[in-house]
Amino acid sequence: MPEPRTILNENGELLADSPLDLETIQNLYESMVIARTYDHKASAMQRQGRLATYAQFEGQEACQIGSVAPLEPRDWVAATYRDAAAMWAHGYPWVNLVLGRTGDERGGQAPEGVNVLPPSITVGGHMIHAVGLAWAEQLKGTGAVALTLFGDGATSEGDFHEAMNFAGVYTLPVVFFCQNNGWAISMPRDRQTAAETIASKGAGYGVPGVLVDGNDLLAVFAATAEAVDRARNGGGATLIEALTYRMGPHTTTDDPGRYGHTAAVGMWAERDPLERVRRYLERNGRWDADWEAGIEDHAHEIVEAAVAEAEALPPLSSDEIFEAMFAEPTTQLREQQRLARGERAHD
Amino acid sequence: MAELTYRQAVARGIAQEMDRDPTVYFIGEDVAAAGGVFKTTEGLQDRFGPERVRDTPISEEAITGAVMGAAMNGLRPIAEIMFSDFFATCWDIVANQIAKARYMTDGQITLPLVIRAANGGGARFGAQHSQAMENWAMAIPGLKVVAPSNAHDVVGLLAASVRDDDPVVFLEQKSLYASRQEVPEGEIVGELGKAAVVREGADITVVALAAMVPRALEAAETLAGEGIDVEVVDLRSLVPLDVTTVLNSVVKTSRMVTVEENPRLCGWGAEVTSIVTEEAFYDLDAPTLRITTPHIPLPSADTLEDLAMPSAETIASELRRVGNG
Repeated sequence: MPEPRTILNENGELLADSPLDLETIQNLYESMVIARTYDHKASAMQRQGRLATYAQFEGQEACQIGSVAPLEPRDWVAATYRDAAAMWAHGYPWVNLVLGRTGDERGGQAPEGVNVLPPSITVGGHMIHAVGLAWAEQLKGTGAVALTLFGDGATSEGDFHEAMNFAGVYTLPVVFFCQNNGWAISMPRDRQTAAETIASKGAGYGVPGVLVDGNDLLAVFAATAEAVDRARNGGGATLIEALTYRMGPHTTTDDPGRYGHTAAVGMWAERDPLERVRRYLERNGRWDADWEAGIEDHAHEIVEAAVAEAEALPPLSSDEIFEAMFAEPTTQLREQQRLARGERAHD
Repeated sequence: MAELTYRQAVARGIAQEMDRDPTVYFIGEDVAAAGGVFKTTEGLQDRFGPERVRDTPISEEAITGAVMGAAMNGLRPIAEIMFSDFFATCWDIVANQIAKARYMTDGQITLPLVIRAANGGGARFGAQHSQAMENWAMAIPGLKVVAPSNAHDVVGLLAASVRDDDPVVFLEQKSLYASRQEVPEGEIVGELGKAAVVREGADITVVALAAMVPRALEAAETLAGEGIDVEVVDLRSLVPLDVTTVLNSVVKTSRMVTVEENPRLCGWGAEVTSIVTEEAFYDLDAPTLRITTPHIPLPSADTLEDLAMPSAETIASELRRVGNG
């Protein structure tokens, strides 16, 4: 197994030059704290019956905050149900992410100018959407790129193959970011593919593959920044495999104790992506308990405000399920809409 | 006025829209340099260049997924799926992604895209290259489904599909590619959800689609000599469905027969029949009748394929049973 690229080790020591200054690292650390606060809040709300099924991302904060950090607002993010942190970091509001988990379709709307697709609920289709977004940017000559996040299990879908192949053939400005968190529900990574690494799959498409420590914010940032830069300058796609671990169950409906997931949780907890940045900041005089308490309070305020806003929104009317079908509803839909209101279908 | 084949009408329709709108792009397998395996897109790459008319790898998921992504990002793309049977290889993208994007974003995401495909039987391509899959598409909420029966409609409905803000599955019936029609010069723009009464008659309404339209017309001519006056309605699109034109015709004739190329179960004719019995039951003087291909894959042997698909002769003989009394 090749060694993944690491810049910041588990003790918070630099193994290479940092790609970021301390102030930026403090900001990204704060983003990771906010993301983890949201993740805990959403899990708790699901247990209280306030959210539908929820997929935790705990342990993957460095992957999600670090990979989005090099993007410009004009760039795109196409991610999945487990990537709330990445979506938020690129401008998708927490309130929409909460709404999405209550089943409210308004949660699927990005604000004007925020180039984030709604979370993909199927595991692979969005990789091809990223290819299409990037194709359009290439045709328009804008220099904007598309970042798509997906899991190790998604690389077994046909979508991965076709998306990578298109991106390779057309030299498209896409960054494929695989969060290899070890598990696809109950299927461990070594039974997902016989390839030694997922990064090595890039070779089959003429796309460079990069293996990176997914719990190292700085290594994730550096690898993604280089891939974004290549894509922006006409060099085409990159496949990044970030080694990380899903610290929780697949979703709130899953019991990971049934399939050997929990044995490694303790070992991965020592590699916690927040903790190593905290140690690094502390070594450099940029962290103390008061500062931590301040950003945690701020994180709770942000998350609680989003939850309150989402829960205060009046529910959708039954008309909504017909209105959003087509630009103009068809005659048949109008008739079914009248029936749903308890009226006669026809006058 | 020049004579145009159904085949040539495809390229003319695409060219008309690409000329008019620089955001229209066209991609598919063997569509550019080769001009399409059915030669429906000949000359487009020469005229619009390899960037706007692009050959792709054999990747139906990527073709449909990429036009979805591009449609979200300011383009109005057209994709070709070589044979409509191959929709089965990319049905996740079409049925789970494209059809649902507007709905799942409460109307925010608009996907102005068209996926064209050669559909249906009559060309001896066998079970996996001859399916009439209009019902698959019709069964998925969020897709529009268009199936022209003649060259003029190919141009007009293709234009209407490209200009439509919702995803359209555009099904060209491959046995019609060689059929010819006088088509006027200049821009032609049709309307989705508008059926055509292609033959007026007083005794029986025949509702048909795509290749079944010329066969129904031929049957109607035969029966005209026997004193049965048949009206033929060409649906042209299944979603939206022009119920009004069908009902008006049925109210006039009091008899209705649907002619479907697709396998029998859950065919569009069942939907039309259901609407007619709900809306116009007391206007009917005879039970409705569905003529379909049996619920089988199409055989590739010519005699068996001819036997399986509704022919002008079988349509005529069924219409005689419905009668005019």
